[in-house]
Amino acid sequence: MRIGRVVGNVIATVKHPALFAQRLLLVEDENAEGALSGKPRLALDVVDAGEGDRVLVVDEGNAAAQVLARGRGPVRTVIVGVVDEVESEGSASRAARS
Amino acid sequence: MEYGEVIGTVVATRKVPAWNGERLLRIQPVDAQGVPVGNKLVALDLTSAAPGQRVFFVRGREAAQALADAFNPADAAIVAQVDRLEGAVTEPAHRAAGR
Repeated sequence: MRIGRVVGNVIATVKHPALFAQRLLLVEDENAEGALSGKPRLALDVVDAGEGDRVLVVDEGNAAAQVLARGRGPVRTVIVGVVDEVESEGSASRAARS
Repeated sequence: MEYGEVIGTVVATRKVPAWNGERLLRIQPVDAQGVPVGNKLVALDLTSAAPGQRVFFVRGREAAQALADAFNPADAAIVAQVDRLEGAVTEPAHRAAGR
């Protein structure tokens, strides 16, 4: 799993049936300092994350199939949590930093 | 899953039987602003996308799941055509340096 930041919403009309009626968000990985990677990925969202949220992202097909409960499909990236806080080596960083 | 732009078509008359009748496209992964990131690749196309279109694709073993018969050797597949992106993606200023 990785920690990322939701940077946008994706609107896609033509898509594979496995993706019908799923929220699609654009997520960028975050490094330890909170900087974005510049390399976005698209993720399905099962936790109602929104733009600007810090999120937990899985990038693996079996995990995706399990949380989506739709069987195997061409899906591997899913937002599975909204991060409230990360604590590491004595420092804590909260998600809401605006 | 990743964001990319279709940059060409691939014609392969002779290919594995599992891909008969399927389209192969050449794509360039891009960032939210459409700037190329990483290497170009070839992907199966399930959406009838055309060159110049923005798409999203899945890499890895899950790509093969895009076809009805998952027993095929795909390692990348286009699974949706992106109409548009919404949000902070239009403002590159917040982005970290060193892409």
